[in-house]
Amino acid sequence: MTKTVLKGAITSIAILAGAGMALAEGGLVINGDLELTTEAPAADHLAGHLTTVYSGWVFRDSFTQAMEMDDFDNPGMLFVDAGEAMWNEPAGTSGKACADCHADASESMAGVRAVYPKWNEAAGEVRTLEMQINACRTENQGAEALKYGKGDIVSLEAYISMQSRGLPMNVAIDGPVADVWAQGKEMYYTRTGQLELSCASCHEENYGNLIRAETLSQGQTNGFPVYRIKDSVLTSASGRFVGCVRDTKAETYKIDSSEFVALELYVASRGNGLSVEGVSVRN
Amino acid sequence: MAENVTPRVRVPSSAAAGEVITIKTLISHIMESGQRKNSDGNLIPRSIINRFTCDFNGQNVIDVTLEPAISTNPYFEFQAQVPEAGTYTFTWYDDDGSVYTDTKDIAIG
Amino acid sequence: MKFTRRDTMLMAGGVAALSALPIRALAAGEEEIAAFTGGAAIAEGGVTLTTPEIAENGNTVPVEVNAPGAVSIMVLALGNPNPGVCTFNFGPLAGAQYGSTRIRLSKTQMVTAIAKMADGSFAQASSEVKVTIGGCGG
Repeated sequence: MTKTVLKGAITSIAILAGAGMALAEGGLVINGDLELTTEAPAADHLAGHLTTVYSGWVFRDSFTQAMEMDDFDNPGMLFVDAGEAMWNEPAGTSGKACADCHADASESMAGVRAVYPKWNEAAGEVRTLEMQINACRTENQGAEALKYGKGDIVSLEAYISMQSRGLPMNVAIDGPVADVWAQGKEMYYTRTGQLELSCASCHEENYGNLIRAETLSQGQTNGFPVYRIKDSVLTSASGRFVGCVRDTKAETYKIDSSEFVALELYVASRGNGLSVEGVSVRN
Repeated sequence: MAENVTPRVRVPSSAAAGEVITIKTLISHIMESGQRKNSDGNLIPRSIINRFTCDFNGQNVIDVTLEPAISTNPYFEFQAQVPEAGTYTFTWYDDDGSVYTDTKDIAIG
Repeated sequence: MKFTRRDTMLMAGGVAALSALPIRALAAGEEEIAAFTGGAAIAEGGVTLTTPEIAENGNTVPVEVNAPGAVSIMVLALGNPNPGVCTFNFGPLAGAQYGSTRIRLSKTQMVTAIAKMADGSFAQASSEVKVTIGGCGG
């Protein structure tokens, strides 16, 4: 029974593969003056898997693409505004705002988004940006931890991410993070769920092809947080991972699990060289 | 008042007298259609912005009636005359009686 | 096998929708149109309605209307549970009888714009938008 379903799923993908949409011409230029890299040579660690990496923007239709090309047309900017307000608003028992320690985000946060997830020496762990925000809140501000995936934490992440817009993703994969990165890589290529799909089944072997009526992207995370038209809110990479794993009809990992930290690190490293998009728009 | 409702408006800071300008507006609002059900299977009541207006120095530019088919975070783009220096006033009317406003000045030159 | 069946069902659904549309459309939008036009005749032409042929997600579909000489333009989505979308009323300082917004379409359907002209006449334009269903939880 399982085998029949699986065979059906693979046949559908194979048939649909012929209908793959052409990749968009032209580039992603924001507000007419900031050109972002949406196509880059794949990092060395992808040798044998991919030769070129593409931002998810490339796979969207012209309307969705256009929504990201002008900050006014991008509804994600509503959340960036909210994140900026949070940055300046005192929180927790310390009565301190992010700005009290980190001052001007345009200086202190420049480049931060491009290197996350990254190793935190003091904590002895790999941290996603969401983890780092919560660590700052609980340890330094005396504030409660925020729920991952959507809501306030993603607004703040969006504001921080905007300070690195245009910089190339440059996540470290060696040294102290090597084991966690390897764990993430293994997860990426492991089939899960009733559909027995790995991340690679869709995002490495079939990007550019249709899954039902939707064009598959490479599943890059350089554009996160993402304003998904489907949800009309901002979503972080961890939030998207939960949805993606659920779509393979698998029991998902918890959104704040160590498994998703490993996966987020590995997937981010697959996008090294692509621009941080600040806040992207997808369907 | 619905939570976290913030307007964004784009108006050029200056224009020539008699020029026609493009204005864009966006406001954060869930625009609950009244068609969706919650996890208990009950209908979530409609809660939308039902009217949007733009005026310039007291004269109307555009007056839009909105139905639940307008997307979350309502977006409008339209064109306005610039007869003189002055102020554009933008007003959004919520089903719950709340009124949100924003203003933008424009100079001649 | 599975794909073929679905394909066939989709096609069958499409045919059913086509044949059912005019009847349902009249019933659905009749009230709104009558309230707007007062029962006056509606000419074709004089209104430009711009919509995508295919919408990547029905939650946010761009719609643009333009009708030189109009005092107001009503937009209808006749296949939605409620056909009304919005009505642009142009004031004395409107720079053009033009408006652009983002709308929700519950399924593939016709979008219609009806303009009321300054002389009291009416004109309309319609265009079909295909709404796709996404692969990933869509």
